[in-house]
Amino acid sequence: MASQEVLREEPSRGSFINDPKVRGIFFQAVVVVVLVAGVWWIAHNVIANLTRLHIASGFGFLKGRAGFDISESAIAYSSDSTYGRAILVGFLNTVIVAIVGIITATIIGFIVGIGRLSQNWLIRKICTVYVEVFRNIPPLLVIFFWYSGVLAVLPAPRDSINLPFGSFLNQRGFYFPRAVWGDGSWLIFVALLVGIAMAWFVARKARQRQMATGQQFPVLWTALALIVGLPLLAYALSGFPLTFDYPKQSTFNLTGGFQVRPEFLSLYLALSCYTAAFIAEIVRAGIRGVSKGQTEAAGALGLRPGSILRLVVVPQAMRIVIPPLTSQYLNLTKNSSLAIAIGYPDLTATAGTVLNQTGQAVEGVVIMMVIYLAISLLTSLVMNWFNAKMALVER
Amino acid sequence: MQEHDMSWVRTEMALAQPAPAGVTGFSAWVRKNLIASAGDTILTIAGIALVALILPQIINWAFINAVWTGPDRTVCATVAQGGVQPDGWTGACWAFVNAKFGQFMLGRYPIEERWRPILVAILFVALLVPMLIPKVPRKGLNAILLFFVLPIVAFILLVGGMFGLPHVETSLWGGLLVTLSLSFVGIAVSLPLGIVLALGRRSRMPIIKTLCVVFIETVRGIPLITVLFFASVMLPLFLPEGVSFDKFLRALIGVSLFSAAYMAEVVRGGLQAIPKGQYEGADSLGLGYWQKMYFIVMPQALKLVIPGIVNTFIGMFKDTSLVIIISMFDLLGIVKQNFSDPNWATAQTARSGLIFAAFVFWLFCFGMSRYSMFTERRLDTGHKR
Repeated sequence: MASQEVLREEPSRGSFINDPKVRGIFFQAVVVVVLVAGVWWIAHNVIANLTRLHIASGFGFLKGRAGFDISESAIAYSSDSTYGRAILVGFLNTVIVAIVGIITATIIGFIVGIGRLSQNWLIRKICTVYVEVFRNIPPLLVIFFWYSGVLAVLPAPRDSINLPFGSFLNQRGFYFPRAVWGDGSWLIFVALLVGIAMAWFVARKARQRQMATGQQFPVLWTALALIVGLPLLAYALSGFPLTFDYPKQSTFNLTGGFQVRPEFLSLYLALSCYTAAFIAEIVRAGIRGVSKGQTEAAGALGLRPGSILRLVVVPQAMRIVIPPLTSQYLNLTKNSSLAIAIGYPDLTATAGTVLNQTGQAVEGVVIMMVIYLAISLLTSLVMNWFNAKMALVER
Repeated sequence: MQEHDMSWVRTEMALAQPAPAGVTGFSAWVRKNLIASAGDTILTIAGIALVALILPQIINWAFINAVWTGPDRTVCATVAQGGVQPDGWTGACWAFVNAKFGQFMLGRYPIEERWRPILVAILFVALLVPMLIPKVPRKGLNAILLFFVLPIVAFILLVGGMFGLPHVETSLWGGLLVTLSLSFVGIAVSLPLGIVLALGRRSRMPIIKTLCVVFIETVRGIPLITVLFFASVMLPLFLPEGVSFDKFLRALIGVSLFSAAYMAEVVRGGLQAIPKGQYEGADSLGLGYWQKMYFIVMPQALKLVIPGIVNTFIGMFKDTSLVIIISMFDLLGIVKQNFSDPNWATAQTARSGLIFAAFVFWLFCFGMSRYSMFTERRLDTGHKR
């Protein structure tokens, strides 16, 4: 009994200087003191500098008149609008180019990534060259290349290049017919929404039935018929309200139609091409990460090659692919800030202009940081949810 | 009995037969790799069509029709544009690159002082090449020279203002000089800083951990341009009146902090991959925290994440091109600035200059990625599956 008491006695700890806990608290205290002192010093300097330069502080400037024009805007904007609205326009432009770019980059990336695994030597080599070229040059250079190297040397509007479906390509951008929605066209949108909802419902029911009885149902064709057929039906029933405004060639310019400016076009093309190279590598790694035994086992069960890919390989590859894919989407969104170099009015460009006009650098940079952080967090959240849904569900 | 034994033992080896004609040689390779099935054949034809459409145009443009030397824009412009080339001519204007080559490499560095960056470049190559070849001995001395002595010598030589060398403003620097010095300093700063941040993120001290997490996640969530904006417009506000520092230094701080955050995440991945037994083993040997990290954990963790580290380096090398936004002229910036030179304003100038810049960037990045693959193979001690 006595010997146990001795064993339970606290071992001697030596000097308290060597105690990791004490040391930890000491180091953290030092860090906090240094940090607070640094922040205080910086704040002191900022306030001194701002009063010396007669710069106002606070976010009141957002209500002031902007006084500059923005070439591309998704919402109504003029130089009489407020600074706040100018930043909103920039934010929307960033979102637009990011979404369109992400969709295109994903499509090109998947095609090239699968192409790099093709049995066909020529296709494999072409895809490898694509990836190795675009991965190793800066995105800004790709943007400049499209902007000054390709789009700027296109013919003048007078000699526009004719493209199918009444669209044109020239120095001032890409023109295509604008859809004009007449009376009653809201029916088409309603029909589209109803079609999508019904297709989702059918798919769910079909899956439940297959789980219960093993009978399959042609979901794809039904969904396609619902999503395409219903709006078409509504289009016919409401008396064909949709017409097109075609761009027309006049002496110096094109009139009518919808114009995509070269700034947007080069940013979009460059971001898509550049990010697609990275997505291709991710897709390749994902597919190669699924072990060959899975394919062979699926084959042994009697599945056809198409079904093997769709039901066995792709779902497992997606698990490997989604996390890095998310960071590529975020990279694309962040790289869209390069728009400032060619004058596409994205968030950084408009916030930069506001910052230069008002001189309120601190607020301007804080707004930029907060918005980009919010976009990043939102994208991560959505993709994490998707990842959790796709993840391996173990017992 | 002996005579009736019909068993027969072959005493010489059977000669190897050549493989059937169908599975070797060029035709079999074509059959397997190009026309294995109907779909494959269609893909091959489409691929050949694509290559036949693009490749001759590129070769024509870049080599056959290209202009290699010339005094000004007339050699690269068609008659209609006021030049000497026939109408409808398109070709690379390498004469532009040729004429501006010095600027592309060194920016507006004074001509009579250009021997200084060139000397630095020679020293850099002379130290870097033996560092990269594994067989060359004295790596420790080499590393000290490359990472500690060279930066000091390079600083004295490039900036000047001492030892009788005239001072050269960093605003005169440009071209590949800026690209390489930004990347070199960025690499040299971001790796140690990233390691410290990664260790801080895995630390048990809550305050240090929170600080590191906030820093890493904030920087990773915003674009580099915003960080550069921060460094160029906000840093001056943070300092007392009259104190200001160089634009080049501000860009350096921005780029280094940015890549340090990415580096930290890469290193953290490596730290997490080291089994707990390694940490505990080091503890039981009585090693302190820094000894444990330096001798046991880091050598294993860093080896695991070499591809990620090099990817971050490559990313940073490419990202240095963004300093153009805060009006500094790296290689890409100086090429773009020269488009506005009226002496060389032709339809082909922009394309030629950008392709030259792309080629230089590509050489460096591709070289880095190939070298990392080589190192990875060399250091692979068989632990990886």
